[in-house]
Amino acid sequence: MPAVLQCPGYPEAKLRCLAESLQCREVQASTLLALMGEPQQYSYPSVFIYGHRATGKSHVVLALLTELELPHAAMSCVECFSRGLLFEQVLMALFGPEAAALLPRCASFSDFVRVYRQMCAQEPADQTRYIVLERAELLRNMEANLLPGLLRLQELVDDNVTVILLSEIVWDKFRPSTGCFEPLLLHFPDYTKAELQQILSRHSHPSYTPELYSSYINILLGVFYSVCRDLRELRHLAALNFTKFCEPLEKGEAQESDTHKLWRRVEPHLKRAMQTVYLREVSSVQWEQQQMDEKEATALRGLSAHAHVELPYYSKFLLIAAYLASYNPARTDRRFFLKHHGKIKKTNFLKKHEKTSNHLLGPKPFPLDRLLAIFYSVVDSRVAPTASIFSQISSLVTLQLLTHIGHDDQLDTPKYKCAVSLDFIFAISRTVNFDIVRYLYDFL
Amino acid sequence: MTTSSVSKGCFVFKPDLKKRKRTVDIEEYFVDADDDCSYGRERFSICRSLWEKIKTDTEILQDELNKKILDSLLEFIKKCTSSFQCRSDEWSCLMRASEIPTAALVLGVNVPDHDMTFQSLSDLLQESVTPFAVSVQAKECSGMPKSVCKHKHAMKSPGKYCSLENDVLQCPPIVVIFKDFEAFNPHVLQDFIFICSRYIQELPLLLVFGIATSPCTIQHMLPHSVSSLLCIELFQSLSCTQHLATVIDKLILTAEFPFKLSGKVLQVLVNIFLYHDFSVRNFVKGLQLALLEHFHSQPLSVLCCKKKHALLNAQKLSHQHLEMLRQLPSFMRYVEAQEPQEQVQLLTSDKYVKEVCQKLLKDIRKYHKNYYCILRCLSSLTSSLPKYPLGKHIRELHMSCLERNIWETNEYESAIQLLRLLAKDELVATLKKCADILKPCKTKKMNSVLQQLEDYIVKLEHLDSKFITLLEMKGSRRTKKMTPFEMLKNEALDFIDCFVRSHLSPPELQPLHEVCYYSSSGFLRQHLNATPRTSIQTALSQPFYYLQNENLKTDAGTVSSSAPDICIVYKLHLECGRLINLYDWLEAYATVVSGAEGKDPDSEEYGKVDELKHARFIKAVSELEFLGFVKSTKQKTDHVARLTWGGC
Repeated sequence: MPAVLQCPGYPEAKLRCLAESLQCREVQASTLLALMGEPQQYSYPSVFIYGHRATGKSHVVLALLTELELPHAAMSCVECFSRGLLFEQVLMALFGPEAAALLPRCASFSDFVRVYRQMCAQEPADQTRYIVLERAELLRNMEANLLPGLLRLQELVDDNVTVILLSEIVWDKFRPSTGCFEPLLLHFPDYTKAELQQILSRHSHPSYTPELYSSYINILLGVFYSVCRDLRELRHLAALNFTKFCEPLEKGEAQESDTHKLWRRVEPHLKRAMQTVYLREVSSVQWEQQQMDEKEATALRGLSAHAHVELPYYSKFLLIAAYLASYNPARTDRRFFLKHHGKIKKTNFLKKHEKTSNHLLGPKPFPLDRLLAIFYSVVDSRVAPTASIFSQISSLVTLQLLTHIGHDDQLDTPKYKCAVSLDFIFAISRTVNFDIVRYLYDFL
Repeated sequence: MTTSSVSKGCFVFKPDLKKRKRTVDIEEYFVDADDDCSYGRERFSICRSLWEKIKTDTEILQDELNKKILDSLLEFIKKCTSSFQCRSDEWSCLMRASEIPTAALVLGVNVPDHDMTFQSLSDLLQESVTPFAVSVQAKECSGMPKSVCKHKHAMKSPGKYCSLENDVLQCPPIVVIFKDFEAFNPHVLQDFIFICSRYIQELPLLLVFGIATSPCTIQHMLPHSVSSLLCIELFQSLSCTQHLATVIDKLILTAEFPFKLSGKVLQVLVNIFLYHDFSVRNFVKGLQLALLEHFHSQPLSVLCCKKKHALLNAQKLSHQHLEMLRQLPSFMRYVEAQEPQEQVQLLTSDKYVKEVCQKLLKDIRKYHKNYYCILRCLSSLTSSLPKYPLGKHIRELHMSCLERNIWETNEYESAIQLLRLLAKDELVATLKKCADILKPCKTKKMNSVLQQLEDYIVKLEHLDSKFITLLEMKGSRRTKKMTPFEMLKNEALDFIDCFVRSHLSPPELQPLHEVCYYSSSGFLRQHLNATPRTSIQTALSQPFYYLQNENLKTDAGTVSSSAPDICIVYKLHLECGRLINLYDWLEAYATVVSGAEGKDPDSEEYGKVDELKHARFIKAVSELEFLGFVKSTKQKTDHVARLTWGGC
């Protein structure tokens, strides 16, 4: 029996209805309701709600606002990537298109406040107006005055308005260095396993009993709960794999009561799903197709199975040279690429920080000169320094196999980093018969 | 320009038509200034018609090669659209997260080649599926605003469109094609996909990623939270080496085109492809350059066209051209091989030479027809042998045949040896393949070769298998007596060897081969695979090479003192170590320049630094710095650091 939401000023029936749709989030919903107060009362200027993905932040807020028919403007900051768009959308939602038309081009925050005041003088608020901003962390990348301004919008426009910010990040990461009005913080904790079970079981398949579906959800959570608590994703996975679960029932090989048998049948399937379709190695359509075809043996090749990249001959050597330059200390080049380097033992010229594996530390930047020097000593034939060698370096950068570091000035020696993995470079050097292990400092 | 108006305003002045610079017709480049005795116009028109043919052929080829992948992509898009249109209210559909259908199109690293593929893809889409297909490139979408603005137009209008037509359930999908997926800013992509997923319920959106490397990059660029919004299907295109093989097969290994490449030129083009860019488009461009250069530089290329046309042109050759013809090394060799009386006639009578020339042109055509048939035969015989003694691809075999007598090479020896080891059924199968290749060849010689080959096949097939019992094989090995199978096999292989010898001789032995073969590989290499560094160094160390001023001509390793300042400065800097003292450099420069001014070496003024010289020196040094030879250093303030190694 869900707890009943209570707040004076709102119709009972609607609150009951809300409580039904906001399962497992009753505490948060009632806190929010208490904050909002009665419709005509002033509310707190700004509320900051945070919690992980799919913990019901937007759902609770929007359900409350739409169900109780409160005036509100809801938008995502991803979509309103500039403040102009944001202001336009807010005014449009609260006052209609005429208000949005009043904004000048390239509206500043004060333009917004001016238009808002003008409009609200015409239509004074009899209920609290709400502005809901999803993915509020993106506000930080916009103009510096936007976030502090929005937080005290109530004061600036002198209207009964509340700004609700939703984000996955904690407030501490938002606080501007210049200080600002502190919003009320409200945390949405992750759903517990029991709560997930309760929510997911609500949407049972119409042709099967709710009990069966509930036991299916239990099995599903047993497999996936350790890796995924995203409600949306879990529901998706549940829908994808339910037919497989029901297969023995359809064929008459098992009864609904044989939970153990059903579990045994479906568990390996779910584990496979965790490695493929959950990681989007295999698309959901392909996964369903495969279930229908029942060709388990010929498992679909995932995206990462196609790791092979065909490259022109010199590009391969450039990439190998880049890898060597990234993972070998520059001081050791003499040892690897000079014919008469004399005997240098590894222990003699080790510096303290070099004792840790360079592969653990990741690639280091290197200048173009060093790349070319290694390239010329690694490649077996004489190569003229033609324009296409240089253009190959820049096409390796656009293919994201190398990364260009620092400023864009190409005149002064540019620096690069190699962005490929050890396995990848092994595969590449095998195709050109180059024994890369002999040249890597870490494998000496 | 002026106006009679007294008011302020903007006035448009259309450019004066007469004043516009006359653009030179390309044709003019082929025609000599004085007269048209070198048939420039004819050569140009032959060249143009050949190029048109090559161009259309490659386009058709490209379409054929892409057909499979584009068709499957189109089918995918249609399927997604129909599933969007009849989205049922089934339980599983309601429960499933709605993902954006996405096609990951893996096209290989030769990014410039992708343009054509995408062009035909969007043409196909416009034609048969949807008017709302947008292609975007990374360089157009550096920031979020731009990319969204670009799509907005496409997104909003169908939004209205859909609401109008919803009753008919006929809303075409909106396809967004990302041409170069890797080059996109990941944040822009993530945001874009996120926005799309908010509208996927109402709008039939579809994404196409053009991927150059491997599908893994999707996972590298998009976090799980974003990639979980996509439903990705993979489409893999033909590898570019296969693509090149078909292009070579259609354009080079055919007697249809009279224009040919010599072995070295082909080697340059193939090397650029394999070592540098993997770009078929560049290969065809290289072929175009060779074609243009051949027709431009070789006056006798007027004979390099279709048979009828060529014979007609040979009839019309002027005396000057016939002299040129007589100078051709291959023709001279031909003349030397003739009887003395014939030689005299060839060297004196223009009419006779014209006749001989026609005959030789016919011969070289026949040679080509036979050559390609036999080449394909030999390639099919040897391409499945272990370790590929004659190369895996037909182009390798072709190149070695162009260079020398193939039957004299060790590789050929070992290939024939390996063929001798084949078992009966293998041998019959390969011979049958050969016969299939020979069938379409229409020449008399090929028909007879085919006839004999088929005879051998029949004989081999009818050879009673009882002869090849194990016992007998053992016995024969001991006695060195050959079984009938071995005898027949040897006979067949000798026959193959014989027709290879008679038809696969290198084209250089053919008289008049210069007419159709383009052979200056150095020119192509210089133009297609430029070496900027070498050119700069040549310009600086030997200014005569580019400026062509007699005064600058010097011995190697020295620079005339009247050379441009930058050359002198460059020369002097070569003598220095890693750090160069600017003052010493300046003094050395002043001494050299004073020599050029013709001052008396013993006078006071000699080698003195005045303001003009100082300024010229500074200018030259900063030019050198701009070219990347020196840069200022913080180690010593009055020094610059050298950025290149080596010296004189």
